[in-house]
Amino acid sequence: MNDLLVANSVSKNYGNFKALNEVSIAVPKGSIFGLLGPNGAGKTTLIRIINQITMPDQGTVHLDGQPLKPEHIRDIGYLPEERGLYKSMKVGEQCLYLAQLKGLSKSEAKTRLKYWFNKLEIGDWWNKKIQELSKGQAQKIQFIVTVLHQPKLLIFDEPFSGFDPINANLIKDEILQLRDEGATVIFSTHRMESVEELCDHIALIHKSNKVLDGKLNDIKRQYKTNTFEVGLESLNKDKVFSEIQNKFEVLPATFRNLNDDIKLNIKIGENTSPNDLLSFLTSKAEVHHFVEVIPSASDIFIQTVKNN
Amino acid sequence: MNHLPLIIKREYLTKVRNKSFIVMTFLSPLIMIALFGVVAYLSQLNNDKERTISVLDETGYLKDVFQNTETTTYTNLTGLSLEDAIALVKEKEDYGLLHIAAVDSLELMTNNVKFYSEESPSMSVIFKLEGKIAERLREKKLEKDGVTLAQIEASNTTIDIAQESFDGEKSSKADSVVKLIFGGAAGYLLFMFIIIYGNMIMRSVIEEKTSRIIEVIISSVKPIQLMMGKIIGTSLAGITQFVIWAVLGGVLMLIVGFIFNIDILAMQSQQQEMALQTLQDSGINQKVGEYFIAFQHLPMTNLIIAFLFFFIGGYLLYSSLYAAIGAAVDNETDTQQFMLPILMPLILAVYVGVFTVIEDPHGTVSTVFSFIPLTSPVVMLMRIPFGVPLWQQGLSLLLLIGTFIFAVWFAAKIYRVGILMYGKKPTYKELFKWLRY
Repeated sequence: MNDLLVANSVSKNYGNFKALNEVSIAVPKGSIFGLLGPNGAGKTTLIRIINQITMPDQGTVHLDGQPLKPEHIRDIGYLPEERGLYKSMKVGEQCLYLAQLKGLSKSEAKTRLKYWFNKLEIGDWWNKKIQELSKGQAQKIQFIVTVLHQPKLLIFDEPFSGFDPINANLIKDEILQLRDEGATVIFSTHRMESVEELCDHIALIHKSNKVLDGKLNDIKRQYKTNTFEVGLESLNKDKVFSEIQNKFEVLPATFRNLNDDIKLNIKIGENTSPNDLLSFLTSKAEVHHFVEVIPSASDIFIQTVKNN
Repeated sequence: MNHLPLIIKREYLTKVRNKSFIVMTFLSPLIMIALFGVVAYLSQLNNDKERTISVLDETGYLKDVFQNTETTTYTNLTGLSLEDAIALVKEKEDYGLLHIAAVDSLELMTNNVKFYSEESPSMSVIFKLEGKIAERLREKKLEKDGVTLAQIEASNTTIDIAQESFDGEKSSKADSVVKLIFGGAAGYLLFMFIIIYGNMIMRSVIEEKTSRIIEVIISSVKPIQLMMGKIIGTSLAGITQFVIWAVLGGVLMLIVGFIFNIDILAMQSQQQEMALQTLQDSGINQKVGEYFIAFQHLPMTNLIIAFLFFFIGGYLLYSSLYAAIGAAVDNETDTQQFMLPILMPLILAVYVGVFTVIEDPHGTVSTVFSFIPLTSPVVMLMRIPFGVPLWQQGLSLLLLIGTFIFAVWFAAKIYRVGILMYGKKPTYKELFKWLRY
């Protein structure tokens, strides 16, 4: 049993609107799982179902091999996109309250809070009211509350919104550390660069359907077009160019390089190996740049959404 | 996982520690008492005003009628002409001149009394004078017909019909008054409680929505737990406030009453002398005793138990509806359209209670309304002091509990969906749709 969370053909209707249509995902233990999709695709609905805020109309969700039940609330930490805190409540009191709702004892919660407050160097906020904090500061509190009860599964919906780059990095490092300590993370975001940075697995939901999922690298392999970006230097540019054009499918390329003799994207057939291409090129010109074009998460996202 | 106590504790503490709550709790009784004090003081000031009223009685019938009191001095101007008298009164700056013109018969006198004054006189002064004159004229007329004063006094009769039920239980009019006060107070208390604290619950639900904490909370606890926690926590805060009000109000009332009562008694003693005399005949002590007995006649055990059940039942029913409204909207201004259907039955209940229960506590209208769940708590509470068969109370309570369970289910549905809905103000049609989500 290597998957912490398994959702099996989950469907959810709101009136006549189908919010989720037989979506299945499997989140491996210890992974960071990117849940992607355009606005209104159904990500939040799926997350709410995992959190037992709403019930699915059809399908099942298993956590650690067991069907979801109320006790699982303590095993999940959820940072929703629409988040906030009681404005007129003191930071410390509020954290204790929320931690106790997650099943921690008061003293245990206090000890852990002390640890986190020291770690993030915010000890002096304890007696402040939330309304005295800035938005980013309140977000930090929210993050602590989400992870405090050491859940097996952490769900972050747009965790970096509202943070400056420094604090965003800080939170990113904390997420990675939590993963290394054994937590599994579901990560929902529109920011593709953080997907590249963090996620091992992704699932893409579009118009209530899952249209793509798997290991990020596998997906990239799937989406790669056997294209290589090459930069060549030659005294006889035109001749080399036409020779290449005769043999391969060629597109112009743009990248930064010291010289600008020949820059090309060369697509090779399924049966040609990169080595063949490279030896062909070295025989014709001087190779300064040779990189396989790997589709970015963003490319995959846009391409998949457009194709569907 | 039962988080209910934790939620109740938080809701209670947040409410009780809230600055405006504290200010309201301690200031309201002070303001009320201050208001009461000011009114009492002002009316006393008014009554204390000393007046001199000149009397020109050309008939001679009204001799001895006008006795000086602490606040009013009467000057007899008999012998002067009307013009001279008016001039004199003007000069002396008296309050006014009462002129009784000479007439041939007692019958004509009634239309020949006039009061001259600088400003239009106070109503109470005129009433007092009219009363004195009418009393004397009646005596004179009776005397003329050969009836003596002693006979008149002897003929003064009051009748008090004793009431007894078929079961032999004695009661009196005092009973009805005491019952009305008890029932009315209970019903009205519930009405006030629902309006004040129902609104508070609604606001606290809206606050959770606007601060966007709701999704964080709702991923830890069930919506129905959160809702019940809110209702109970707020109610406890409400009860705390009510108890403080009652204690503080009582103490302040005693203090103010102590300060003013002495004055009021002293001031009224003379005016009341006559009234007291007649009262003594019927026996004021007996009256007080009657009320005391009436109090004892109240079905106390029934009253207290029924009060607890109907109060809690009615309050919970309404507050779950308030919570549902709070969940359905984004801000307080949007609540109006949903408030009306809640307030209507509540106000109707109070009206029915006030108008029909007094008229006939066991009439059709009061009986029917004491069964309809949205009005039953108020109306039944008003009826119970008059003795309502237990089966009726039980049935009404059963209906109330049934409706309450339905309302909680309904509110929880709205709540569950509504708390996560932002932006648009929902219509009734959409609310209905939410029930099926």
